[in-house]
Amino acid sequence: MATFKLNVNGQLKEVDVDPSTPLLWVLREELKMTGTKFGCGISACGACTVHLAGVATFSCIIPISLIGDRPIVTIEGIGQEAVGRAVQDAWVETDVVQCGYCQSGQIMAAVALLKHTKQPTDKNIDESMGGNICRCATYPRIREAIKNAAAELRKGDA
Amino acid sequence: MPAIRVRVVVSAVAAVAITAGALVHARVFDRSNTAQGLAAWDQVYSVLISPRCINCHTATNYPQQGDDRHRHVANVVRGGPEGKGVPGLNCSSCHQETNADSTGVPGGHNWHLAPLEMRWQDTNDRPLSSAAVCRQMTDRARNHNLDGPGLLKHHKEEALVKWAWNPGRKPDGTMRTLPPLTHEQFVAATRRWIEAGTPCPRGK
Repeated sequence: MATFKLNVNGQLKEVDVDPSTPLLWVLREELKMTGTKFGCGISACGACTVHLAGVATFSCIIPISLIGDRPIVTIEGIGQEAVGRAVQDAWVETDVVQCGYCQSGQIMAAVALLKHTKQPTDKNIDESMGGNICRCATYPRIREAIKNAAAELRKGDA
Repeated sequence: MPAIRVRVVVSAVAAVAITAGALVHARVFDRSNTAQGLAAWDQVYSVLISPRCINCHTATNYPQQGDDRHRHVANVVRGGPEGKGVPGLNCSSCHQETNADSTGVPGGHNWHLAPLEMRWQDTNDRPLSSAAVCRQMTDRARNHNLDGPGLLKHHKEEALVKWAWNPGRKPDGTMRTLPPLTHEQFVAATRRWIEAGTPCPRGK
């Protein structure tokens, strides 16, 4: 066991865990932040996506010992950012969610895309969201919501 | 014939003979040197086409994984010219600065795909021939403008090259396979190839 200090959604947290423990388990089991989901545990579905120093990251396969002092943002904190808020609003407006299990990961990936691409094409969306699987197949609504969020953000830029 | 004239003619004949001998010797030496260089290149090539190396020297829009060189999971794509994926799905979405042995994810500094001009495969994921890879590696328009010493330094010191000999554990806990030579042997073969003038095999 070892003690790790983490910056999660702008708050400092301290956990005492085995260094090999993946970040997802630390978030869910130690910090009780269950918005980030366990899907596959092998970085094959994207349900566990968080932002690590701004990079969409699959938290199920990143040992806590490799996090260092990089800030972590989860689905619980992404709405504090303009892009995150816009994506969450678009998700509700577009009624994207069906069962919802994968959606926190989908939103985290979508925010990462929109932070770098103001007017994403279908290809941009398909490539950036390619690691996030939805068994309800809400992909058309995800694509629509991302475009709606992008449009809202561009209005804000104007 | 006056004696002095005989001496001049003899000297001239001797000089021609010596020069011709030197040229023949040089040619034999060159041939031998080239053969040694090509033998060294064969060793270098055997490493380059091993999965730890060639999986990220693809000609396609995606990296490969595993000894069977299957397409990378999670629909990972090359992204821009830096070959680091796309926003939302970067290489660093999984690959960190070091191997993550507890989860089986390999890692190293600046994890990325080799640029397309450095591809060592065709678009059907088949390794290019020894001659074709050699031509790429010695073409300064396609090798980041590296000369011989630059290539040697790259093979000797580049973090992602060295990663091939420290590839970590797979998700099932077993070790990833290594290239067919040790890193020291690889560097030594590269040095011999470069000292021989980076000869390339003939052919396509």
